[in-house]
Amino acid sequence: MGDVFRKLGSLAISGVWQLGFIARFFVLILRYSGQSFMRLHLTIRELYFSGVLSLLIILVSGLFVGLVLGLQGYEILQRYGSSEAMGTMVALSLLRELGPVVAGLLFASRAGSAVTAEIGLMKVTEQLKAMDMMAVNPIARVVAPRFWGGVVSMPLLAALFSTMGIFGGWLIGVVFIGVDDGAFWSQMRAAVDFRYDVLNGVFKSAVFGVAVALIAVFEGYDCVPTAEGVSRAITRTVVSSALAILALDFVMTSFMFRGL
Amino acid sequence: MSEPLVRLENVRFAYGERMILRDISLSIPRGQVVAIMGGSGCGKTTLLRLIGGQERAVGGRVLVDGQDVGGLDREDLYTLRRRMGMLFQFGALFTDMTVFDNVAFPLREHTDLSPELINDLVLMKLHAVGLRGAAQLRPGELSGGMARRVALARTIALDPMLLMYDEPFTGLDPISLGVIGQLIRRLNNALGASSLIVTHDIQESLQIVDYIYFISEGRVVAEGTPDEIRNTSDPFVHQFVHAEADGPVPFHYPAGDYATALVGGAG
Repeated sequence: MGDVFRKLGSLAISGVWQLGFIARFFVLILRYSGQSFMRLHLTIRELYFSGVLSLLIILVSGLFVGLVLGLQGYEILQRYGSSEAMGTMVALSLLRELGPVVAGLLFASRAGSAVTAEIGLMKVTEQLKAMDMMAVNPIARVVAPRFWGGVVSMPLLAALFSTMGIFGGWLIGVVFIGVDDGAFWSQMRAAVDFRYDVLNGVFKSAVFGVAVALIAVFEGYDCVPTAEGVSRAITRTVVSSALAILALDFVMTSFMFRGL
Repeated sequence: MSEPLVRLENVRFAYGERMILRDISLSIPRGQVVAIMGGSGCGKTTLLRLIGGQERAVGGRVLVDGQDVGGLDREDLYTLRRRMGMLFQFGALFTDMTVFDNVAFPLREHTDLSPELINDLVLMKLHAVGLRGAAQLRPGELSGGMARRVALARTIALDPMLLMYDEPFTGLDPISLGVIGQLIRRLNNALGASSLIVTHDIQESLQIVDYIYFISEGRVVAEGTPDEIRNTSDPFVHQFVHAEADGPVPFHYPAGDYATALVGGAG
């Protein structure tokens, strides 16, 4: 019995330590961001790797989520004779929840894992140490650009995800099933509030962007510099990012959407 | 005689509970190539990290050009490091850049030179290591020996006063090994720098260095010029120079009585 408590205690303590390390690392990134913005091409390069190269999976997934939402939504709504509300349902689910959350999860596994792997391998091959010995700060040169690349990409990708999803819902509803085109769009426009629905969703995705990018660069920088260490770090990035996204989403939703 | 470039005074260092360096005093005179030798895991690389300021000594002082490395803040340490070059064991080239960009990296980071001038400087450094023709290759396309020569060109990009080499001969074929050895000596003289080589390749080192320190169990156990080392009667150095399996450095990791372990079961 005592053993269980001891284990729980040590888990809790190491968790708090880890949080402290991440927080300190975050402060360091912010502190050296100025230096890294002086070389803007580094961040733009990371925007390309994290953002542009994630486009395919984000767009395709968004489309399919929208298609499925359309099918399921129609199936339920037509029972109550309100299939014109499909547009509203698809748009609200995507803008408020599915867009930020699913895009965040995809982003963590596509871009977050890649960032962790890259930084981890740079650590294994002593590139970070070599940089440090050349009096170039690896946090300013390697970590900060990757962090900001992720932070900027994430909301843009989530917005594109939602857009593709709405397009998918329209395809199913209007093109295949034959819901009235005008009703689909006008109901959506009437029901979706820019600040309440759209901006809150964008805010969520921005928070997810910070969380995923921070976890990804931290796990890479902090990994044990061996092959096994890097593989564990990548796993941790994906798992912790997913949990962080879901937990943050719950907290933010409970503050943002209380049915007024 | 002028003050040596690097001086270690009674340096002690430990990773947590594990004592790595117990009491090390040594110096690197200006213009000389000095080797530090010892078995694997005796704390040689730690010495380089102490001099480069990546680790701080628990006791004693590490002086580089008169400055106490352990007492510097990050900014002063970076200023000092711009005058140091360190060659890592496997080169540590940046894999996302070409050979040219690797060598240009310190110049671009630390100087405001024009692209034309950087171009000329990089080609000169690459020419010095014989790899001007490889400028546009990527690190993945280089052999081990070539990668280390590129790393060497990058290390000397800012004309450092101190060059440090971490196991520069490991895993090289005899030709590459000789090339690296000659380069270390030649570049040291051409740059007017001082060099510190951490290695266990005794034969190569005897040919190119001015002075050798032997380290074992965290202490300097022998030292001397290559001639003195060749003719020494010190049992440790003798074992090292002649690569004998057993001697002052035992073949067996400390263990209990063999017969008891076999009969009694648990070791």
